[in-house]
Amino acid sequence: MEFFNLDVIHDYGFALLHGLMLTIMLTLIVITLSLGLAVPVALCRMSTNVAVRAPASVYVEVIRGTPLLLQLVYIYYVLPTMGINLSGFVAAIVGLTLNYTAYMSEVYRGGILAVPRNQWEAAATVGLSRARTFQRIVLPQALLIVTPTLGNYFISLFKDTALASVVTVQELTFTGQIVSARSYQYFTVYTVTGILYLAVGYPASVFVRWLEERAQRGHRADRPA
Amino acid sequence: MIRLVEIRKTFGGHEVLRGVSKTFGEGKVTCVIGPSGSGKSTLLRCINLLEKPTSGEIFIEGERAYYEIDRGAIRYHSESRITAVRRKLGMVFQDFALFPHLTAIENVTEGLVYGLGRGRQEAAGVAARVLARVGLAERASYYPDQLSGGQKQRVAIARSLAMTPKAILFDEPTSALDPELVGEVLDVMKDLSQEGMTMIIVTHEMKFAREIADEVIFVDHGVIVEEGPPAIVFESPQHERTRNFLRRVMR
Repeated sequence: MEFFNLDVIHDYGFALLHGLMLTIMLTLIVITLSLGLAVPVALCRMSTNVAVRAPASVYVEVIRGTPLLLQLVYIYYVLPTMGINLSGFVAAIVGLTLNYTAYMSEVYRGGILAVPRNQWEAAATVGLSRARTFQRIVLPQALLIVTPTLGNYFISLFKDTALASVVTVQELTFTGQIVSARSYQYFTVYTVTGILYLAVGYPASVFVRWLEERAQRGHRADRPA
Repeated sequence: MIRLVEIRKTFGGHEVLRGVSKTFGEGKVTCVIGPSGSGKSTLLRCINLLEKPTSGEIFIEGERAYYEIDRGAIRYHSESRITAVRRKLGMVFQDFALFPHLTAIENVTEGLVYGLGRGRQEAAGVAARVLARVGLAERASYYPDQLSGGQKQRVAIARSLAMTPKAILFDEPTSALDPELVGEVLDVMKDLSQEGMTMIIVTHEMKFAREIADEVIFVDHGVIVEEGPPAIVFESPQHERTRNFLRRVMR
């Protein structure tokens, strides 16, 4: 029995690469959106104003308490009954972004709280407003603290985009399913699919580890002592 | 210059300051001494509102600072108004509280640019000057992690000096330093006092306090027990509590 069938690759290789492109696109769009949106959500969660804090907390808890798969399906199949029609691609972006924003906001919150209180105090004594202090003093230090964790979220998002297949997005995993069903070459197609994920995922995790090391060295990088 | 009236501060049912009234004169160096937990640091931190007094009034340069008292309730001023008053008071912390992600010179320019709204070039000029004044001109581009404790504290002093404060508050500025690094920080402080800077210094360095202070106040259990010129407070303290404290720390 011939396990590895190169003809399949010849016939469907392009389709799989196209799926990989879509996977990468989804990942990059969602990570960019959630990295940014998670900061205001984290701030809302820490607000002393209940009217600001409560909705943010409900949002984060609902997202954390339900499966991502269900969230995606809900957005794609249930929202249209309320008159909101989203394409599969947009639904996937919205669903993944809502999910990752919630988790990342918790990461940011932890990072912001980990910055020592004396940083706020010292900034206040040199005339910085609270908003300025957050922007110039606290956030840069918090980012350094959360870089390793966010890096891991980035890697896991790359793989979670496979769930977009349930809302008809033909990313890599879904493409693999279609191609293998059509060609009956399950071994070859799914192996190649896995290799494609790894070909991007492994360099990405090496990159994240490098970022992590840099973050640990802080801002002293490349400076003579 | 700074006047405190009946300042009280309660932390969760425990009264740390129990009615402190005190005027700090312009150009005067006041050293605050007392056992740990006596409330001396809290007192200092109330002056620039890092701690919010439970009651009492604060006047800076003759003006009511931070809040109004409205039928017994404290009503705070706007953030910008509070910030404007705080800028007049430099602060040096026990643990330096430098911004670790900024170089020495950036630590100094930060307040000039983002607090006072000065241009970058002007700020860099001022920063270079104050760093030179504390003897750290060559360390301008170093990060806090690359500096010794004494150097860090001198950067912190430069940072507050750059804001041209009306007074500088020191909260145990040498307590976190190795003994051999204490001298360089005290020397800088001595220079400042000779140039007429108003300083309020919470310290355990009795020898230094005696040498530099115009006035010493002894705080215990949230009240000022004794105050006066260092010669009097150290040589012939009037109160038993002061005598006991001095006996313990002077040994």
